[in-house]
Amino acid sequence: MLYLLVSIPFIGALLVYPATERLRLPPSLVAGLMALSALVLLLFIGFPVYSGAVLLSRAEWIPQIGLSFSFRLDGLGLLFAELILGIGVLVVLYARYYLTELEAGPRFYAFLLLFMGAMLGLVLSENLLLMMVFWELTSLASFLLIGFRRHTSEARQGARLALFVTGGGGFALLAAVLIMGQIVGSYELSDVLASGRLVADHHLYPLVLVLFLIGVGTKSAQFPFHFWLPHAMAAPTPVSAYLHSATMVKAGIFLLGRFFPVLAGSELWFYMVSGMGLSTLLLGAYLALFQHDLKGLLAYSTISHLGLITLLFGLGTPLGEIAAIFHVINHAVFKASLFMAAGIIDHESGTRDMRKLNGLFKYMPHTAALAMVAAAAMAGVPLLNGFLSKEMFFGETLVLKWLVEAQWHWLFPMAATVAGIFAVAYSLRFIHDVFFNGEPVNLPKTPHEPPRWMKVPVEVLVVLCIGVGVFPNFTVRPLLESAAAAVLQQPLPEFSLSIWHGFNTPLVMSLVAMGGGAILYSGRKWLFRAHDRIPFQISGKQWAESLVESIFQLGEMVDRLLDSRSLRRYSFFLLAIVVAAGAVSLWGESFPAAKALTPVTIPVVIGGLLLGAGSIATAVWHGKRLLAVIMLSIVGLMTALLFAYFSAPDLAMTQLLVEIASVILVLLAMYFLPQLTPPESSRIRLARDITLGVIAGIGVAILSYSMLVQPLDSISSYYLSQSKPGGGGTNVVNVILVDFRGFDTLGEVTVLGIAAVGIVAMIGGLKIWGPEKDWLGRSWAGDRHPVLLTTVSKLILPFALIVSAYLFLRGHNYPGGGFIAGLVTGVALTLQYIASGSDRARQRLPWDNLKLVGAGILIATGTGLGSWVFGFPFLTTTFAYVTLPIVGKFEIASAMLFDLGVYLAVVGTVLLILAGMGGLHQREENV
Amino acid sequence: MELILALLIGITTASAVFLLLRGHTFPIVLGLWLLGYAVNIFLFVSGGLTEGSAPLVEQGLEILPDPLPQALVLTAIVIGFGMSAFLIVLALRALGDLGDDGVDGGEK
Repeated sequence: MLYLLVSIPFIGALLVYPATERLRLPPSLVAGLMALSALVLLLFIGFPVYSGAVLLSRAEWIPQIGLSFSFRLDGLGLLFAELILGIGVLVVLYARYYLTELEAGPRFYAFLLLFMGAMLGLVLSENLLLMMVFWELTSLASFLLIGFRRHTSEARQGARLALFVTGGGGFALLAAVLIMGQIVGSYELSDVLASGRLVADHHLYPLVLVLFLIGVGTKSAQFPFHFWLPHAMAAPTPVSAYLHSATMVKAGIFLLGRFFPVLAGSELWFYMVSGMGLSTLLLGAYLALFQHDLKGLLAYSTISHLGLITLLFGLGTPLGEIAAIFHVINHAVFKASLFMAAGIIDHESGTRDMRKLNGLFKYMPHTAALAMVAAAAMAGVPLLNGFLSKEMFFGETLVLKWLVEAQWHWLFPMAATVAGIFAVAYSLRFIHDVFFNGEPVNLPKTPHEPPRWMKVPVEVLVVLCIGVGVFPNFTVRPLLESAAAAVLQQPLPEFSLSIWHGFNTPLVMSLVAMGGGAILYSGRKWLFRAHDRIPFQISGKQWAESLVESIFQLGEMVDRLLDSRSLRRYSFFLLAIVVAAGAVSLWGESFPAAKALTPVTIPVVIGGLLLGAGSIATAVWHGKRLLAVIMLSIVGLMTALLFAYFSAPDLAMTQLLVEIASVILVLLAMYFLPQLTPPESSRIRLARDITLGVIAGIGVAILSYSMLVQPLDSISSYYLSQSKPGGGGTNVVNVILVDFRGFDTLGEVTVLGIAAVGIVAMIGGLKIWGPEKDWLGRSWAGDRHPVLLTTVSKLILPFALIVSAYLFLRGHNYPGGGFIAGLVTGVALTLQYIASGSDRARQRLPWDNLKLVGAGILIATGTGLGSWVFGFPFLTTTFAYVTLPIVGKFEIASAMLFDLGVYLAVVGTVLLILAGMGGLHQREENV
Repeated sequence: MELILALLIGITTASAVFLLLRGHTFPIVLGLWLLGYAVNIFLFVSGGLTEGSAPLVEQGLEILPDPLPQALVLTAIVIGFGMSAFLIVLALRALGDLGDDGVDGGEK
């Protein structure tokens, strides 16, 4: 069930496009139904969780690294999942009216559902590595959502900044999770939670904690990583309402709760977490007051409230955790409704600037009433949800078990009250500046009430604010208790949720905050002037951008240092390093002959002399290119003979055929290339290159010799003994190719096909013209298609095809097979192209060679897949024996079909390459 | 015999490395080609030197050569052809688009 739950948003994201295009459903409807069905499913399966049950599902993914597809639904996960899906449904409804269908479209809802799925996966993950996957996914999805209005530069910059900060934090978190997993010995959350104080007592604990908090702090916009959040306000308002109230920024908070039992309880935790929370709380509250943008105010207020929650987690007291979780709920509810209200105001009046927005109450009284209630909840006014959690927060700052003796234990209640004062002031500003305070100034539109259904999500949320505020025990207590139990992993202390606790210190703090806030707001004009006069404004955005810039500069510098833009220098260094590495490992080793040497025979001496001379001649005469190619083909021929002499008939045949095809290819190409290489190198360079070549040669020779004199211990006896019974053929080389190592062959044929496709792509659009005369100034022969060659080639073709069929059929048992037969056919057909020109050859061979290659690879792959149908692993073969006249008894194996695929791919590749080159000549001829 | 083969592989490699370091496309193609021979022979002889036989079972042959290096080298030869062809066409394309067959943009 958990799998279904997590996959619903992802399925929805995939469905939005086809549903919108094929079925003509509005994308908002699809997205809304998906979110709603997930919510219903969650409420249904989440029921036992209220009584303390934990639902687990588990499936292996990559067990070697401890990664599994396991999900977990406990109280904390349930709370966050309800927020994600519940507010998700409302946001979809809201977006339906906020964005025109044209602007939003399926893309918007697909991103939104993607994000929803990622968040859901994050809060429900049981496996820590899986959790990290979803964590990164939320960063990516939020990048897409913040940058949704991709035509504006603010959206692009804001999205990039958010990705840079949260993505960087993701690295730190990943490191923390990996270390934690190593300490505990498991990446399953259940094991980690059950490990008790194992992590906290480990000597790596400080490192884990710092990395963990960087991850948490970046995601949840904690000081000093808070600066990305205001810039993320470039997102469409439904996105802000979703990401920056209930989900994305709460992901870090979620982790604080998730790992509270593992990491909390140390002095380090207290100082770092509560310090981070406290500074964020104050800074956010202070800056929120001075924003003129409505969403900017909400963004900094969000930062401040996130700081408050972090501070509560940092205190480490059980009641503090309950208050933190309570405030997570409350903040999500009122902040989402406030963002939506701000969006309505923006939508209906055309601006979010509070210096222009005034006196909107008489234009949109209904919206104003809703926004005022929500803002009052944000300020912590009694009878609303924000009051209850803020009261608990004030109470907790007073009972600090860590700081009782310290002389500055007054700091926390003091700071809490100051933050409360600012919260009241900016909430007042939101209410008074926007809805009262005179008349609007130069609004682009005359404001009016939004469409009826646009207000419904706000109404639902505001009703929740009041419901939780007045009847906390009925509405929220079960959820809160199960979530808090999941965080604390121990029985809950007694706590009371009620509006009236008697006249106590927290109440006094609340009253001071309200009074102070009102006074602060009334003195705002003076304050704004003072704030504007602060000379230096630290911009985290600029800092981050200059950091990115300097990383790029560093990259360019390293690049300049390493890249000399010279292939020759690269090659030299690469080869020199290889030679040096070889020399270092061979140095001082001796290789005594461990077996009797094979006696020297005359043919080998003669062939060897020719081969060696050919190699040297190729190098010496490389300037005279035709001569060099002739020398090279001597080496090729001698190699083929060497294969034949040392018992490899298949190799000899292949080498000969490839030699023919290569020489044709080179001759075709040489027509266009300069026929002489100009002397190019200085003496020093020549000497240097010769030295490197000789050293490399000596090294390889020593290596080869030492290998050859070692006793041979091969795994091949298996292939030799199994070839007949297992593969049904007596030619072991062929059986290895099509059966034992068929997968390799499939890959190799594919590489060949890719090379052919690349060649076709490069030849297309190639503009190149050959010279008029050869390098001795002689004209080319006038007869392009000699009659003799044309006639002979036509005669040869049927014989060549018969030979190739013969080689193909007997390949399993005697030298031959798909590769060799394919080369024979390819060379024979190429002869047709050469003899009659590619235009006429193409008329007579009307198939598309590219498709031939594709068909070959498909047949080979299909044969492999075919064995799946019968329940065997990929590329399992089977065979039966058939007797044909002339060919004799041979066996029909499924491997033969595979070999047929190889054959077709090879034929197609050879033709593509050679006929493609020939086509260049033909083009010149036709001009 | 072993010494002869080791020397052949060494000589071919030396020539190939020298060619790889030239400044024009064509010698480099030749160099890679030559290096292909050297590597293929090296791989092939790693299965030992067996004379006058073939990797065919049930044909009355007494000593069989090691079939595995042969299978590896067979595909290596064909792929080597594909790669050489790719390089040659790349060289042509570079000549056609840049009007020069030097590899370092005219730098000497």
